[in-house]
Amino acid sequence: MKSKLINRKIVTLLQVQYSNMLEYRVEIALWAISGVIPFFMLNIWTNNNLNESINISDVMLSRYFLCAFFVRQFSVVWVVFSFEEDSLMGKISPYLIQPLNPFFRYFTQHLAEQITRFPFALIIAFFFFIFNPESIWIPNLGILFLSTISTFLSFLIQFLIQSIVACLCFWTEKASSIERLLFIPTLFLSGLLAPVISFPEYVKSWIYYTPFPYLIDFPANVLSGNETNISGGFSMQILWILLLFPVFRKIWSSGTKKYTAMGS
Amino acid sequence: MNPRKYLKVYTKFLHTSLASELEYKTNILIDLITAILSLIGSIFLLSIFFQNDGIIGGWEFEQALIIQSIYTILNGITNTWFNPNLSEIVKHIREGTLDFVLLKPIDSQFYISLKKINPSGFLEIMLGFFLLFFCININQININLGFLALCLITIICSICILYSLWFFISTTTIWFVKTWNATEVLRSFLYIGRFPLNSFSFSLRIFFSVFIPIAFITTIPSEVFLGLSQVWKILLEVIVAGVFLFSSRKFWLFALKFYSSASS
Repeated sequence: MKSKLINRKIVTLLQVQYSNMLEYRVEIALWAISGVIPFFMLNIWTNNNLNESINISDVMLSRYFLCAFFVRQFSVVWVVFSFEEDSLMGKISPYLIQPLNPFFRYFTQHLAEQITRFPFALIIAFFFFIFNPESIWIPNLGILFLSTISTFLSFLIQFLIQSIVACLCFWTEKASSIERLLFIPTLFLSGLLAPVISFPEYVKSWIYYTPFPYLIDFPANVLSGNETNISGGFSMQILWILLLFPVFRKIWSSGTKKYTAMGS
Repeated sequence: MNPRKYLKVYTKFLHTSLASELEYKTNILIDLITAILSLIGSIFLLSIFFQNDGIIGGWEFEQALIIQSIYTILNGITNTWFNPNLSEIVKHIREGTLDFVLLKPIDSQFYISLKKINPSGFLEIMLGFFLLFFCININQININLGFLALCLITIICSICILYSLWFFISTTTIWFVKTWNATEVLRSFLYIGRFPLNSFSFSLRIFFSVFIPIAFITTIPSEVFLGLSQVWKILLEVIVAGVFLFSSRKFWLFALKFYSSASS
């Protein structure tokens, strides 16, 4: 009975957010375009024959960067910015009264945005294949399934990290600068700009213990068919989620106790 | 146009926005750490690119660092002036407060472009200059007065082009209302300014010198620093900067004709 109620809530939220996102489809198309950095990086890699040093062929490298683009498109998280605005404007108070954790609202918002974004990402991939016809490939169903799951897990990790940062709004009001700080290692270490395999040894020795390579590099490797340790990657992703979730629960409950509504 | 009046108004702007930004002191500290990490990250990325044979697009690592330093300076300028002000245009138009700006007995472009200041960008500018001096040292560049004047001219032109690009995109808000993420697209394109233009393929090079002149912004000043630049390139940059500034001004006045305030 209870699970049915929650299901209905989530479906309704998804529908509301999806129609909301469709209203802003041009905006989302622009977001999709702003994610093209991996293609510029690919251009540098192939134009200077940099892949010689890491033993990846041109074709595999272009597939890797295309997949990195896709994974990034479907794991973009901005919950801290929405939450910060809502909490500064005092919109959190009515959400808190509702018998539903406000983060469900943001969560469905992200999912709805991803659904809206999907066709635009496909169009960009289509153009990519026009310019690089030799890199066309069709991954089999099993790979597609695995990479979808790993992308979703990567999204979950980032969502949890950002939610934890967002909860800091209860104490500092401006938490987005912390998020900008955390974004820097995510940008450089996740494999968005260069595959993790190309990193020097002194970085590779510790990077696999951090969550970063599992955000983009691992799902992109799975999807593009590059060599990677699939079971190890999945277990690390799940491990990080299991580690982060209790932290989020803790910080959320102590944050809501600390929260004082506007005007009080 | 009364320069003394504008100078007086500008000191008032500085005073008020500094006062309000210094309310969030820890934010400034976090932004400093972010700027340092981001510089370390991009040097790290650059070092990966140079792992193969030490030359990219005809640039050595030490020379490419100059591009990095100029990018950091320009990025600091963007974060200090362009980003806080020009993202405000979107807000002005959505909430109809542009009326109040237009009614003031002062040039609207001046007011909109210089109202706010974000002091944490200063730290990034300083960081960029440190790196630049370091590069001048390791590249053994002789400094004389004529050389300095040339460098200053090219950097000022780069700032003008950058400003015009930002201002162009923000001005389109008058028709599209929400262009907050169009500036995000510009931001991601500007990202390639961290690398020498010659490291990209021919078609991208054309795109980034004709349509979005990012090539002029970082590569030409760096060439001047290394004494590699031809006179025609510098002249071209001056002309491009002039054209961009002039047309962004005209475009703003043109766009204002289409502005209908919030309730009409």
